[in-house]
Amino acid sequence: MTAPRHLWKLHAFVLGAALASAAPAAAQSLVISNWDGYMAPDAMDAFKTATGVSGELVVHATNEEIMGKLIASGGKGYDVVFVSSPFAEVLNNLGLAEPIDHAKVPNLANLYPEATTLSYDSGNTFSVPYTWGTTGLCYRSDLVAPAPTSWNDLLAPSDAIKGKTTMLATDRWLLAAGQLAKGYSVNETDPAKMAEVKDLLISAKGTLLAYDDTTFYSKLVSGEAVLVQAWDGWCNYGIGENADIKYVIPKEGSDLWLDTMVVMKASENKDAAFQFINFMLDAKNHAWAAENILYKVPNKAAMDSLQATLAEQYPNMGMPVGELVKFELLRDVGESQRDYSRIVSEIKAAQ
Amino acid sequence: MAERTHAGRRPLWLVLALVYGFLYIPIAVLVALSFNEGGLPTVWSGFSLKWYGSLAANKEILSAALNTLIVALVSTAIATLLGTLLALGIEMRRRHGRALEALIFAPMIIPDIVLAIALLSFFSMLNVTMGLHTIVLAHVVFNLAFVCSVVRARLKSFDWSIVEASSDLGASAITTFRRVTLPVLLPAVIAGALLAFTLSVDEFIIAYFTAGAGRASTTLPMQIYSMIRFGITPEINALATIVMAVSIAALTLSQRLNRTVAP
Amino acid sequence: MAPALAWLTALMVVPCGLVLALAFFRRGIYGGIEYTFTLENFGLAFDPLYAGIFLNSARIAGTATLIAVVIGYAAAYAIAAAPRRLQPVFLFFAVLPFWSNYLIRTYAWIVLLNREGLLTQLLRWFGYHGEPPSLLYTEGAVITGLVYNYLPFVILACYAPLARLNPELGEASRDLGASAMTTFRRVTLPLTLPGIAAGAVFVFVLSIGNFVTPALLGGGRFQMIGNLVYDQFLTANDWPFGAALSMALIAIMMLLLTVQAMAAERASGRARTAEGDAADG
Repeated sequence: MTAPRHLWKLHAFVLGAALASAAPAAAQSLVISNWDGYMAPDAMDAFKTATGVSGELVVHATNEEIMGKLIASGGKGYDVVFVSSPFAEVLNNLGLAEPIDHAKVPNLANLYPEATTLSYDSGNTFSVPYTWGTTGLCYRSDLVAPAPTSWNDLLAPSDAIKGKTTMLATDRWLLAAGQLAKGYSVNETDPAKMAEVKDLLISAKGTLLAYDDTTFYSKLVSGEAVLVQAWDGWCNYGIGENADIKYVIPKEGSDLWLDTMVVMKASENKDAAFQFINFMLDAKNHAWAAENILYKVPNKAAMDSLQATLAEQYPNMGMPVGELVKFELLRDVGESQRDYSRIVSEIKAAQ
Repeated sequence: MAERTHAGRRPLWLVLALVYGFLYIPIAVLVALSFNEGGLPTVWSGFSLKWYGSLAANKEILSAALNTLIVALVSTAIATLLGTLLALGIEMRRRHGRALEALIFAPMIIPDIVLAIALLSFFSMLNVTMGLHTIVLAHVVFNLAFVCSVVRARLKSFDWSIVEASSDLGASAITTFRRVTLPVLLPAVIAGALLAFTLSVDEFIIAYFTAGAGRASTTLPMQIYSMIRFGITPEINALATIVMAVSIAALTLSQRLNRTVAP
Repeated sequence: MAPALAWLTALMVVPCGLVLALAFFRRGIYGGIEYTFTLENFGLAFDPLYAGIFLNSARIAGTATLIAVVIGYAAAYAIAAAPRRLQPVFLFFAVLPFWSNYLIRTYAWIVLLNREGLLTQLLRWFGYHGEPPSLLYTEGAVITGLVYNYLPFVILACYAPLARLNPELGEASRDLGASAMTTFRRVTLPLTLPGIAAGAVFVFVLSIGNFVTPALLGGGRFQMIGNLVYDQFLTANDWPFGAALSMALIAIMMLLLTVQAMAAERASGRARTAEGDAADG
């Protein structure tokens, strides 16, 4: 391998790569960032057929990653992003979110009234809700008796189920279990109270199998875990595999989590972005999420159109909205986010 | 190293068997799971080829795989070239400052999230259009350091007198490099290139941040990590199996070609 | 040498310098940057909690490095001793597994180490009927995962010096009456030390910054430095503190690497003398 030949190959590769990555930019082409599998696979094609606007779906793995990318780049290149509510708040506070032009999104009328008056964004000024739900206990009813009713059943488990429990690894929900068990707010900022929560969670760690965000329902199915902290939608996947799996919201309550759509201020196709949001709010399109990913959607028209059998198999799908919005919404906690991070580090580092 | 005598051979083959066994047991599991009927990554529910079928139809994964290949090949090529030259440059000097050493080690030590965010902010500040090319630029940064490290390790026991002899005998610098230095370095350069390629193919964080926003610059690790919310389906296992099968086929082919061509 | 340096400067020193400079400022209320000069981030970085996490990470990474180097060197030695035309094949098969994806390899380990996983079933098949051993979500699982994923890098790094070792040195040493063990200790090992050092550095730095393995194989029960820095930048949105932690981490690693480089220089210097002696003798 002589030096000149090596260089020639190099030139060829670089040229090829440059050509490959210089895709012609369509005049009106949206870039949407969402979790994989969170929208219908043909959604972008259907959108193009309906409105003539083409769009690309890119994926992000976690809220934190897409937020890091948006903050570091000022949101350039993205038109609509799907993020959870506390992160939508942050985007708005940092001036990265575009105000929603309600005139251009008539399907907002499909939303439940409760979904338009949520505390983090009353009036849907910068975000539009996409899915919502609760976090609770998912368990094997055939292996756990009596049925769990409290967060303390998870945090201070009976000897029979010690070592067979998991908690969510994401910090807000990890902490929420402790906050709710102690009767505090899930957006608590009082350091003394948070110290109590921390101690409770550290003592809980000793009884846990693991902190698991992603494989906990397969652990339930295999029986390796019998009681896990889970989002209601995820528990449905377990229920689908094993009918003995049940979901319950502990008596101390749950948090209300919300995934939303946000238009970026840096977007160059804002009108098309609003058209996209409008398209997603259409009853049929929005119902796809409920029917296929088994999450509740804040869309009255969509939820009303669902088959009754869905709620029979997956009870949490039939939860009345009035009950749902009783729970406390996760908010951005501002400065205290640092303390939350520190507390979670302490918990995870504890031996 | 000369081939060992018969007495010395057996324990070495045992070592290789154990090490490769260790390396490939999880791979065997991985391949087996690609034929799993069910979608759960940790529970077996029967034999099925369906994931291979759905993989063939999955445009996102396939285009992401192609992007990853392009990024890995280009960044490896550039990094191998630059890293080798850098290694030569450093080892040829009698003394070099601590600062230079630090600079070369830095890409390996800097937490990749820092490099990722730093590059994105930097590119953003300069209004650079992001895309596959920016991922390549970023990957070269750390690949360069790894290649340099491997080549330097070889150079430390390099006998510079043969280079002197070559130029004493009248060879130009380039000829000396081509005919004397490079052949001796070749195993190290190839090892370094393999290392760089392997690092690039499976790198997620830096790729995610330095990619453009669009399908055209999504790499395979980005696509796969994003599936983590709803579970990694065995489609990925199927893809990995195919990648390995194709690589093995390519190697077998090249070995066969070498045998017919070589005297 | 110049193009490489230019690349590094433009694409690493400058961008990272800008981000690390943030360590001197403060996180704004919503996660932006408040440009008031402060040194509080550095004070916080040396807090016992974080120091403890760092030491723990170093311990785990160090153990993984030790194991990986021993296994990797042995493998590289065996490969270098194999018939010449088979050597590239062995190297190829050493890296091939790592052209699959990190996540599915890790999931494969979960399948193996699960309480009711393959390893347990293997034990049962051999007659073991007790409680399934808890192999997963332990430190051992994390170390196994780290060793597994970085082993090929050690093999590659050690292979280069081993492959070109002058066989005459070994012969000369044995002719002079040294046993195989002594030959290895006094001739082979010192001459190939740079490769070992390079491999060890790779495994250590890659392990200490790794955050996927502790999360998946460790069940989130262990907090490593990689998780910590990641959290500061992405979860806590506290770039200044993340920058301070990174600077502390980089400084400490640089120190370790300088020490290692000096030790390697001295060892290979001694080796070169040995080489010279053997060649003369």
